[in-house]
Amino acid sequence: MVEYPGYPPEFWDSIEKVEETREKRLKETFPKMPEAEREELVHKYHPDYKEGTKRPVRVGAYKGQLAPHEVVDLLEAHALINPNEIDLDDVDYDVDILIIGGGGAAASAALWANINGVPADRILMVTKLRFGDANTKMAQGGIQAADKEYDSPIYHFLDVLRGGHYTNDPELVKILVTEAPLIIKFLEDLGVMFDKEPDGTMIEVSGGGCSRYRMHSCGDYTGLEIMRVLMDEVLNREIPVLEFSPAVELITDDRGQVAGAVVMNLETGRYHVVRAKATVIATGGFGRLHIQGFQTTNHYGATMDGVVLAYRVGAQLRDMDSVQYHPTGAAWPPQLAGQLVTEKVRALGAQLVNIEGKQFVYQLEPRDVVSSAIIRECYDRKKGIRTITGWGVWLDSPMIEIIRGEGTIEKFLPAMLRQFKRYGIDIRKEPILVFPTLHYQNGGIVINKYTQVLDAKRKPIPNLFAAGECTGGVHGKNRLMGNSLLEITVFGRRAGIFTSKHIKKVSLGKLTLNHVVRWENMLKEAKIRTKRKAPIILPDYRGDVRYR
Amino acid sequence: MGRRTKGETPKEVEPRMVTIYFMGKAYQVPEGITIIKALEYIGYKLIRGVGCRGGFCGACTTFYRKKNDYRLYSGLACQTPVEDGMYLTQLPFVPAERRKYDINNVKPDVNTILSLYPEIARCVGCNACTKVCPQELPVMDAIQTILRGDLAKAAKMIFDCIACGACSMRCPAEIVHYNVFQLVRRLYGKYIAPKAKHLEKRVEEIENGNYEEQFKKLLSMSVDDWKVLAEKLQKGEDIVL
Ligand SMILES: Cc1cc2nc3c(=O)[nH]c(=O)nc-3n(C[C@H](O)[C@H](O)[C@H](O)COP(=O)(O)OP(=O)(O)OC[C@H]3O[C@@H](n4cnc5c(N)ncnc54)[C@H](O)[C@@H]3O)c2cc1C
Ligand code: SF4
Ligand code: SF4
Ligand code: FES
Repeated sequence: MVEYPGYPPEFWDSIEKVEETREKRLKETFPKMPEAEREELVHKYHPDYKEGTKRPVRVGAYKGQLAPHEVVDLLEAHALINPNEIDLDDVDYDVDILIIGGGGAAASAALWANINGVPADRILMVTKLRFGDANTKMAQGGIQAADKEYDSPIYHFLDVLRGGHYTNDPELVKILVTEAPLIIKFLEDLGVMFDKEPDGTMIEVSGGGCSRYRMHSCGDYTGLEIMRVLMDEVLNREIPVLEFSPAVELITDDRGQVAGAVVMNLETGRYHVVRAKATVIATGGFGRLHIQGFQTTNHYGATMDGVVLAYRVGAQLRDMDSVQYHPTGAAWPPQLAGQLVTEKVRALGAQLVNIEGKQFVYQLEPRDVVSSAIIRECYDRKKGIRTITGWGVWLDSPMIEIIRGEGTIEKFLPAMLRQFKRYGIDIRKEPILVFPTLHYQNGGIVINKYTQVLDAKRKPIPNLFAAGECTGGVHGKNRLMGNSLLEITVFGRRAGIFTSKHIKKVSLGKLTLNHVVRWENMLKEAKIRTKRKAPIILPDYRGDVRYR
Repeated sequence: MGRRTKGETPKEVEPRMVTIYFMGKAYQVPEGITIIKALEYIGYKLIRGVGCRGGFCGACTTFYRKKNDYRLYSGLACQTPVEDGMYLTQLPFVPAERRKYDINNVKPDVNTILSLYPEIARCVGCNACTKVCPQELPVMDAIQTILRGDLAKAAKMIFDCIACGACSMRCPAEIVHYNVFQLVRRLYGKYIAPKAKHLEKRVEEIENGNYEEQFKKLLSMSVDDWKVLAEKLQKGEDIVL
């Protein structure tokens, strides 16, 4: 058996300093940063503001706007399929609602369409990997909702806006926060095991940027628990799911309406035609694009496919320039580099300290602020720990056991305890080395409150809907933890409800791939010469050991 | 766990290569990388046997043996580092049947589970399931606890199950544990766990439209007004609109 020795000897001088200062720090809270200072810090150190990492998009509705190179590369790419090679008369699946994706947003849409009267066999979910293998399952920390006496949806609303630097779409935020308690109730009734007091009161903790305790959790497997219950219910209702069958292009009809999608069976390589009266894009985020070379917390299939598909039929995008880096990705051991160290560790009381055991930022500032502070501490002040993959600072997890009693970590963070134990690190006794990691797609497809996808003139693209991480607006330029599990269940639900009504009004014409032909012409006109094709479906790590 | 020897800083060394046997073929890969990374290093572009890459989805179940060791091990390919002489194969799929039920029409007791999954009564107590669980869960004990009718206890025991299927592939009683566990957890969550009363109350208030007036005011305000209110909240003050 290979023995993993935990932290290397050269880290121990610093770990001892962290231990020495711990007692004193337990009595201290680092002051919250004033608004102006926060902004300055973010502008100077957040990777979003780093020069030379972005360029304007040259084609489509988002033309002229800045986005990271990795994103623009895909937005300006050729279609994966050749329209001439697809026989659209040969319809393999003819349904009312096609849902693209297999995460929480997709499952919610499917359930609520069915609850609202669409028969199971008139719905089809297609997903890239297995049903449920998605970012949703990886969410550890929790889901927000203002459901306690001391709290209010109004407070939640203001916190979301403050977190997003007031760039959010207020109408969508209002829906997010007012429907939040309804969703928690729905999940409770489905049998989700929330953490509760013996009398049923939800145990709610704080979260970065939140003014009140409203983070609901299910151990540190909140997303897993929500996802598997939603899945179980979708399967009980016998809603068909096609696995390993990603959508590679939307289909339009001769009247310019969206009319389904071409999906590819990943194992046979064959294409299949799905005709649908309403199509819901719920394909999640873009972590696997490794923007600026960052490690990511995201699942294997997070490659921004849905945004690419929607863009080719004219969808408008927003906030694609802002990327969420989670402040605390694992920086040691290298095998876990980039993996999430949930914010709950900080919510439970662990402070962030530098190589000398000194605090340098209040640990529960919004994510972009904490990330920027860590980067400053390492790059500028050189007060971080050097590792083979880069830098790290200490997240003082043993504090949790002191503040909240022995056994707290095992009870509330079993997944993390297990992950690190495999590499010889006991996070109850030793701090965790962390560095920011690529975590979340803040921006995305523009939608309205009915989850309809909007074009450059804010007009709905006929029959096209979207929900979840692939959309933009709810979080503006920065999402707070616990609001995206909420977003996917709230807006997934709305997609299910509104498509179930919408399909009654739809009649489809002849299926075409005219928009692909048009797209290729647009690329030519914009003088974009590239061999790239998109969506990329899966990242290619062959022969590459850099990324996890 | 961590060693406190204040040694010298190790020099940057080329990673040592180890030999693994993937489906019988020998490959040299850097020591210490995870099995998934090793397969990619070899040249595979994985489709099955990979999902979250973080130990949450259970898609990457892998069985292996080691040099001079008769035992059959299993682990998550995204979490398990390669070892020299490892013989391994990934499990692309776990054949399993799940039984349909209506969550609104079941009783939270052992009879519900026995009627859907009668095979759990066939457990012979061999503990093969527990030994193989990558989450180190007390799988056999959980099955026994269910049989004794203590669903609340069982639900908590196996809460961390990621449905990797390793246990079910080894079980001589042919039990599909993770499907049974899913049922147990939902029965617990829906019927046995006490309901959150504050939640019910808030839902009622929202459905009565209690917040609409305040939202109307709020949505007509300027960003600067919002900022003032939001900062007040941050200080712990309450606000009234
Ligand atoms: C490690 C981690 C921790 C997190 N923690 C929290 C937290 O504590 N609280 C919180 O609120 N949020 C958290 N988040 C964020 C949150 O989990 C996600 O934003 C959210 O779950 C996204 O849900 P989704 O349904 O939109 O996308 P996903 O859950 O990612 O689902 C997308 C699905 O679409 C599929 N897909 C992709 N492309 C295609 C295609 N072309 N065709 C068909 N299918 C496709 C994918 O395979 C996947 O099944 C976390 C995220 C990560 C990665
Ligand atoms: S109980 Fe079984 S299915 Fe669940 S994690 Fe353990 S081995 Fe995997
Ligand atoms: S492997 Fe099957 S038979 Fe053996 S203890 Fe586990 S459940 Fe019982
Ligand atoms: S890939 Fe999800 S558990 Fe390994």
